[in-house]
Amino acid sequence: MGIRERLSGNEAIAFAMKQINPDVMGAFPITPSTEIPQYFSTYVDNGEVDTEFIAVESEHSAMSTCIGAQAAGARSISATSSCGLIYMAEMLYVAASDRLPITLAVSCRALSGPININNDHSDIMSVRDAGWIMLYAETNQEAYDNYLQAMRIGEAVQLPIMICQDGFITSHAIENIELVETDQVKAFVGEYKPEHYLLKKDEPMAVGAYATPVYYIEAKRQQAQAMMDAKDVIKQVAAEFAEMTGRSYGLIEEFMMEDADEAVVIIGSSAGTAKEAVRQLRAQGKKVGLIKIRSIRPFPAEEIAQALKNVKSFAVMDKADSFNGHCGPMGAEVAAAMYANKVTEPKMINYIYGLGGRDVRVESIQHVFAELEKITASGETGETYRYLEVRE
Amino acid sequence: MSHLAKDMTPEVTWREITPGCNIFEAATSTVVETGDWRSMKPVIDWDKCKQCLLCAPVCPDMSIPVGADGKRGEFDYFFCKGCGICANACPFDAITMVKDEK
Amino acid sequence: MAYNLKENLMKEDRLAGGHRMCAGCGSPIAVRTILRALNPEDKAVVCSATSCLEVSTFMYPYTAWKDSFIHNAFENAGATMSGVETAYKALKKRGKIDDTYKFIAFGGDGGTYDIGFQSLSGAMERGHDMVYVCYDNEAYMNTGIQRSSSTPHFADTTTTPAGTVIPGKLQQKKNLTKIMVAHGVPYVAQTTFVGNFKDISEKAHKAIYTPGAAFLNVMAPCPRGWRYPSEQLMEVTKKAVETCVWPLYEVIEGKYQLSYTPKNKLPVEEYLKMQGRFAHMFKPGNEWMIEQVQQEVDRNWEELQKLCSL
Repeated sequence: MGIRERLSGNEAIAFAMKQINPDVMGAFPITPSTEIPQYFSTYVDNGEVDTEFIAVESEHSAMSTCIGAQAAGARSISATSSCGLIYMAEMLYVAASDRLPITLAVSCRALSGPININNDHSDIMSVRDAGWIMLYAETNQEAYDNYLQAMRIGEAVQLPIMICQDGFITSHAIENIELVETDQVKAFVGEYKPEHYLLKKDEPMAVGAYATPVYYIEAKRQQAQAMMDAKDVIKQVAAEFAEMTGRSYGLIEEFMMEDADEAVVIIGSSAGTAKEAVRQLRAQGKKVGLIKIRSIRPFPAEEIAQALKNVKSFAVMDKADSFNGHCGPMGAEVAAAMYANKVTEPKMINYIYGLGGRDVRVESIQHVFAELEKITASGETGETYRYLEVRE
Repeated sequence: MSHLAKDMTPEVTWREITPGCNIFEAATSTVVETGDWRSMKPVIDWDKCKQCLLCAPVCPDMSIPVGADGKRGEFDYFFCKGCGICANACPFDAITMVKDEK
Repeated sequence: MAYNLKENLMKEDRLAGGHRMCAGCGSPIAVRTILRALNPEDKAVVCSATSCLEVSTFMYPYTAWKDSFIHNAFENAGATMSGVETAYKALKKRGKIDDTYKFIAFGGDGGTYDIGFQSLSGAMERGHDMVYVCYDNEAYMNTGIQRSSSTPHFADTTTTPAGTVIPGKLQQKKNLTKIMVAHGVPYVAQTTFVGNFKDISEKAHKAIYTPGAAFLNVMAPCPRGWRYPSEQLMEVTKKAVETCVWPLYEVIEGKYQLSYTPKNKLPVEEYLKMQGRFAHMFKPGNEWMIEQVQQEVDRNWEELQKLCSL
């Protein structure tokens, strides 16, 4: 039986960490993820876990210690946000390249400048090509559930994994949550048993080679395969998790998409708001639906294209801009997914929304659907690169 | 699948290359002949050598082996790059640098 | 146990041949000497910052290391080794490993004095049971002899060229050893290669076997960057010591102790004139540069002597 609780998203992540009791945590405070290492160091200092906690002097060092610890054979974790995430960006690439399944909780926040502590996705989008598996939660429950699945996924394909949620919106808001019993968590997550590690008896290991052009691209191709293989692993682990908890997860979530003519593609807590907009519009007889991306990496290109193949128009919602002059990061990826899967009929627009914590309301999403309805009717997309609810 | 360094040849495929370009053995560099960099070569005159061993620790290339008997042996010309530090360190002029004719 | 060169050399080297450091490089001499200071029965994990040492000792698939080795990046050998050492504590506590390991990180002066300074400071302050060794060759040699904060006053480097208006590096060398002492770690020492290697070997052994964080600063000349004939390495280090440009000392639990006092302290010219990087200081009209360096060396030496007499 699950345990009924009321926890913030950060607390839920910290609680999952406690249940797992990993070997090493290296972390540095940054709003809004600070609570995670705070809660966790309290568990450490009160003997509720026997993890070694390293209070490092920067996020760069947080990820550096995780790389050293994981390479040495220890299950290692960290948590961060925003500027902290991109301060460790260089190390994120190394962690993935070294094939070290570190788990990083990210409470997402806008990047400077101007400095802003509120939520958007510019931090994780800026490191989306670092080679990490990235799962994004809509709710505190999902953040907790994703965290419990993270190590199984990362360790199976030897890639690091980020468990992302919206800073403040879910990280600080207290919600009802169903927790899994700790012994069940431990049995589900299992022990970390790497094949090779620095401290392995009688097998010296060398990590972090200088690879010449003769080898570099082969190493990268192998790494790319691990990310492709992660798709099936995410599904398998989710299936086992569903068996244990009754809560099922996919690479994407389709909401009222069966007969939808218009759809939005969205990530994170805004999906909850958008679902309410969809419900209200459905009540008015409008055939609208929603796709929530849970797995940003690996990117579920085929699944998204399949889910969108019968709509007449759709909007990709980006809580970050690429500043490339024509679309946001998810806009680009969804467009590429459609073309690669030969789904070219639906009309697509891309909204940049919610930057720096700008509130996203049900009406905001209803406005998007109203625009889509016009596009469906006219067959004309007009400007495809749009900012939502920005003061003109 | 082999994860041995010797099999990580320039022909190794992406499926076979060791994950992360990690190596699971010690000292795989010993097949690399750095001796062919050499233009000058140290030569020892055993009559002058007093086995003081001051030449051995200064070698950057582990090319002056000291055996279990506590005596230095012949240079390891497979690795010796001919830097000449040993020749200068020898208090007895027992080591001479000569042009390396290959 | 008293130091004995023969016994020291009968221990197996833990760095292998086949590495691609330049002929006559000081860095592998430092590395092999320090690794020989390990008790043979103890295992080690070695870390290297990105540097000449790193790219030359682990060019895939050729590792020159006999112990487990990790390279992460240029600026984070301190933090990376903190992670490895902490993993050791965690796994040992949980009964997953039983061997005894020691942890030794190497960085050049660029990776130590400059870009890796914060990471090093964090590791020392937290007191991880590790040794951080700076092989100090006084410039960014891997990228082609650019100045670092360790580069000495007036040295000619590719980013402080001795020009017609600016005569080389305008700043004095940063005193990193004293900064490490200020961290309050139990063992800090400055050393280089002299004579029978007693000084560096004993300091390395103390650093490795002192519980907690330790720091070794090893002058490791670079014949290419310093512009002296490679065979003169031992003469260069000897002059550095005899002129007190690079004094040998150690600081145990905050207590300074000179390891060597030259009988006749030589003028700095004796050291400077061996090296092409200081050649412009010997041109007519530039005598003031040598005088200034002499004053700086004298002042630092006096300060050090005072600290050692406390």
